[in-house]
Amino acid sequence: MWLSCYLSSALRSCPCLIVTGETTRMTLVQAINNAIDIVLSKDPTAVLFGEDVAFGGVFRVSVNLRDRYGRDRVFNSPLSEQGIVAFGIGLACAGATSIAEIQFADYIFPAFDQIVNEGSKFRYRTGNLFNCGKLTIRAPIGAVGHGALYHSQSPEAFFAHIPGIKEVPTGDYELPLSSAEVLIEGDDVTLVGWGTQVHVLRDVVTMAQEKLNVSCELIDLRTILPWDLETVAKSVVKTGRLLIAHEAPYTYGICSRNSSTNTGQYHVSPGERLNREIMSV
Amino acid sequence: MVRSPSRVRHVSVEASVMFALVVRSLKPQSIPKSGIIGALQGKNYSTVSEATFEVKSCDLYKLEQGPNTSVSLSRDDALFYYRQMQTVRRMETVAGNLYKAKYIRGFCHLYSGQEACCVGMEAALTGDDAVITAYRAHGWTYVRGVSLVGVLAELTGKHVKVIHLTYIMIFMLQIPLGAGIAFALQYQGKPNVCVTLYGDGAANQGQLFEAFNLAKLWNVPAIFVCENNGYGMGTSVERASANTDYYTRGDFVPGMRVDGMDILAVKEATRFCKDYALKNGPILIEAATYRYHGHSMSDPGTRLKIDTEVRKEVEEAAEKAKSDPELSLENMYNDIYVNPPADYTVRGCDISIQHSST
Repeated sequence: MWLSCYLSSALRSCPCLIVTGETTRMTLVQAINNAIDIVLSKDPTAVLFGEDVAFGGVFRVSVNLRDRYGRDRVFNSPLSEQGIVAFGIGLACAGATSIAEIQFADYIFPAFDQIVNEGSKFRYRTGNLFNCGKLTIRAPIGAVGHGALYHSQSPEAFFAHIPGIKEVPTGDYELPLSSAEVLIEGDDVTLVGWGTQVHVLRDVVTMAQEKLNVSCELIDLRTILPWDLETVAKSVVKTGRLLIAHEAPYTYGICSRNSSTNTGQYHVSPGERLNREIMSV
Repeated sequence: MVRSPSRVRHVSVEASVMFALVVRSLKPQSIPKSGIIGALQGKNYSTVSEATFEVKSCDLYKLEQGPNTSVSLSRDDALFYYRQMQTVRRMETVAGNLYKAKYIRGFCHLYSGQEACCVGMEAALTGDDAVITAYRAHGWTYVRGVSLVGVLAELTGKHVKVIHLTYIMIFMLQIPLGAGIAFALQYQGKPNVCVTLYGDGAANQGQLFEAFNLAKLWNVPAIFVCENNGYGMGTSVERASANTDYYTRGDFVPGMRVDGMDILAVKEATRFCKDYALKNGPILIEAATYRYHGHSMSDPGTRLKIDTEVRKEVEEAAEKAKSDPELSLENMYNDIYVNPPADYTVRGCDISIQHSST
């Protein structure tokens, strides 16, 4: 089971990916749309469902897909998050590639029980007789423009605590999971982020170079669980400093886990507090 | 819910626009009835002091008898309700315009078309009855006693100190909370009900049925109200609900479907249900209504001739809501506790950052 948290406000272009063959520059939303498009075209068992996905979804992620693949494969669900996820688990168990959209990550909590107690443990509790590995739950996280309550939180840490789930903040079907990407190389400090914070950190890199003459190495974590310790650790060993940026709350977040891991194993993390003071929202 | 009535709630950022309000023990209605009559003086209106109207009978579920179909009302009340409905309509038109002009950010769910629900229900309630609803709350907030400036400034996130709420809660899945509030009213021996509103979209959430069960199990004075406006987000009821007769979906909770576009029918149904709920426990109203917004962002005010005075009043409130200074950052840390110690501080993003809190 995959939990894919994409960034609702990420209408900016993705960082360039090094791939072979023809490439097109897309926004993150377009890239997700494109990825689902490819899955639906290549996998006849694939279905997409969620609140208002049929007309294209509130973020236009599923635009044109119903027209292309029909109402029986791209369809609206009632406003019932528990139902959406549980339905997806059942569907995936029966062999279908199911893509369930939760319109905002903040809406996901009625489905929390299904994700934690059903989906993530399905393979284990059936002795590998069944599994729901074909289920992907997509949900936008982070601060959408002025979204306020029920539309702005970053609850990814809740799911990182659950064995059995792979969690990716941004994703392309071609990318390996659990592999971070060094976007910009530098020597003085390692900056780690995921989602919209990667864009923010890009600006930080430029600013730090111009104003402080500090050379930053920027890493897009890409997968939150399991996260790519090796890439991050290598970088931190080189730079000796780590700064992690995330939008989610300060306490017990992914930030604290990642930074403490680094501290524990590599004994380098003087940037930790800086990160929290400045970046935690 | 630990706010004392004497405290002024500083309007928080546009955040609080979105969701439910529990508005209880509010100050008296902000519009004096005499003012309305004054506003209409000189116009050629009927001088009858009271009239009786026939309204459509309700569809009933597990009820032998429904609300009266013959409803009387006084001239003053009629004008008052009409004025309220016009104000809500105009307020929503202006709110829509403020949203388009980016004075209101985030999301904006307008009540246009559903005015008869909030005005009609409020007409059958007292200030001590509780109401909890979700994000389509502007009309309800107004009829519960918050001023026009209060509602619009809440939407624009400005620092207008006019909202005097003793309780404000912000939720989407507020239905089980309504059962809890009703239980509290009963427990405290109060002769009041909790009106718990939700839409046809939320009607398919499992929590609704958990709330029905709790409410009926303990027979709490809750009136569950499904404001069925035909669409849950962008999906029509037929495409989302196996049973679109929402008034029958309480199973062991009796219900009725009322014409939500008829204020008198709504008022009478609410009066009936309050009486029923206090004696027998929970009851469900499906108010069949329709929202104009979402249908079109064009000015819905063109459908209705709005009284000049109402128009002026709303414009003035909107102007105030636009021009008032923005809420300062320091205010984000205020109003967390009632009467905190003088030097009380609240942690910011980090333990090293402390903000004073009043």
